[in-house]
Amino acid sequence: MGRTMDAPTRPYPNPVRSIFEQTLRDDSVIVNIGPSHPATHGTVQIIAELDGERVLRTDIHCGYLHRGFEKECEDHTWHNLIPYVDRLNYVSALINDFAYCDGVEQLMGLQITPRCRFLRTLLSEYSRLMDHLTCLAAGLMELGAMTAFLYLVMVRDYMYEHLAALTGARLTYTYGRIGGLARDLPEGWLVRLEEILVKYEDFVARVHALVDRNRIFIDRMRNVGVISTADALSYGYTGPILRSTGVPRDLRKDTPYLAYAELDFEVPVGIKGDNYDRYYVRMREMDESVHMMRQLMEMLPEGPINVDDRRCTFPDKELVYSEIESLINHFKLVMDGPLVPPGEAYSAHESPNGELGFYLVSTGGGTPYKVHCRAPSFVHMGGVHLMLNGGQLADIVPTFGSINMIGGECDR
Amino acid sequence: MTDPSIFRKLQQQLVPAAGAAQQVHGVLAFVLTPAELLPAARRLREQFGFDIFLDVTAVDWIGQQPRFEVVHHFYSTVHRLRVRLKTRVTEADPSVDSLVSLYGSAAFMERECHDMYGICFRGNDDLRPILLYEGFVGHPLRKDYPKQQEQPLVPYRS
Repeated sequence: MGRTMDAPTRPYPNPVRSIFEQTLRDDSVIVNIGPSHPATHGTVQIIAELDGERVLRTDIHCGYLHRGFEKECEDHTWHNLIPYVDRLNYVSALINDFAYCDGVEQLMGLQITPRCRFLRTLLSEYSRLMDHLTCLAAGLMELGAMTAFLYLVMVRDYMYEHLAALTGARLTYTYGRIGGLARDLPEGWLVRLEEILVKYEDFVARVHALVDRNRIFIDRMRNVGVISTADALSYGYTGPILRSTGVPRDLRKDTPYLAYAELDFEVPVGIKGDNYDRYYVRMREMDESVHMMRQLMEMLPEGPINVDDRRCTFPDKELVYSEIESLINHFKLVMDGPLVPPGEAYSAHESPNGELGFYLVSTGGGTPYKVHCRAPSFVHMGGVHLMLNGGQLADIVPTFGSINMIGGECDR
Repeated sequence: MTDPSIFRKLQQQLVPAAGAAQQVHGVLAFVLTPAELLPAARRLREQFGFDIFLDVTAVDWIGQQPRFEVVHHFYSTVHRLRVRLKTRVTEADPSVDSLVSLYGSAAFMERECHDMYGICFRGNDDLRPILLYEGFVGHPLRKDYPKQQEQPLVPYRS
């Protein structure tokens, strides 16, 4: 027979209602982990029933970072949304930009230029690299591997500075444009990129040496937070978590978009879907990303980065000031937004966390009728209890870290 | 890569009663009645190998009858193909069958759709708020919910 938990007196109503009104047993307790626990990467609340230090069951609550992204989208022009989609998964904002722009381009029937296609692919892989570096660094730090954290975050910081040289921002770049990109590469950007990749290889090799066969690390990661392939598919898992269970499913290979069909790369998989596999799949994916980026640097064609289409591309500033057609064009693009024909499109890109989808509905005109983001982090939260239940309280932290929940994208 | 015959098979066999499916921007889209949704989803999963239930959301066509369109997306890792199911429901009875019996991911995603549009999913017994909070009044993504409306849990300091 369980006990009913005493409701503490609160000055304000509780924003969540747990499904655990009663404990399962007399000697178990219900504890709140979060919503602002320093070890939960985003703002997430885990209500857990514990038997000693063993987790019996968990109830996950997200939404603390909800800011009405989809509602706000219905009130702005298609162009004005780009800064908002940046702030979904802010660790790899460029992939969000490109997935959203891809959706709008599908609706408009636009074909992006070859240079833009290769640049977007290059920057997508760069973003994946940074996202994985962040996730791995934080996960390792939570297990006490401070040196590994500093190595990885240092490399990531070189990349942030490098992207700031291209886009003007370190985190939320607003670099994608419908039908192209904000600007072309600055002088010497690719040379610096190769320098950073060499640094990356040096430091990632050190991290491999520090933790891969480290007894403490293996004991905390192996056979912890296991999810089976069947469960992963049923709960909608995609990306590294699905691949860690041994399924080589990757949108870059399966439904190639951008320039992925022309690249040589492998899809690393794990053995049994535990924390160690998720760590290793991400480490291997970073190496594949670097391999792809080196190919892309070789293949990058010359040419314009924006399509020549007056429905979406802004005219040159010089022309805006000197001829009336371009002035009107500029004015209409700012005031009315790009004219997107009626229809609906679902664009899916392989984000570092899994399938990032944008479902866009247009009724014609410059403002979307509906924008919906299929956020991998949110879908993944629906199955986290499978990995936490039955484990130790202390394992919640590394397991949650290996899922890489990004609050901005999960709660939208 | 994608077997072209699967398109034909799906068009002919998924929902025999429904009209021809359209391929819109690479996604095969079906328009269904609420009663056809659960059987169609079951056939997608069991006969056609659509093993990932990607997403459910709704579109509020305010002023039209029926008002809401519930949109499901599925992906098959076998055929590498996406299918969209669109179901119209009325404002008076905005409910469709839940897919929790088929896919684990349905539980969370249906909670979000219930939050945002007030769509009821019959068979999902846990439709507590997920992105919103307990006690939130209304459904913010409905077109008649004013964007500026505020419902603070804690009163603003003045």
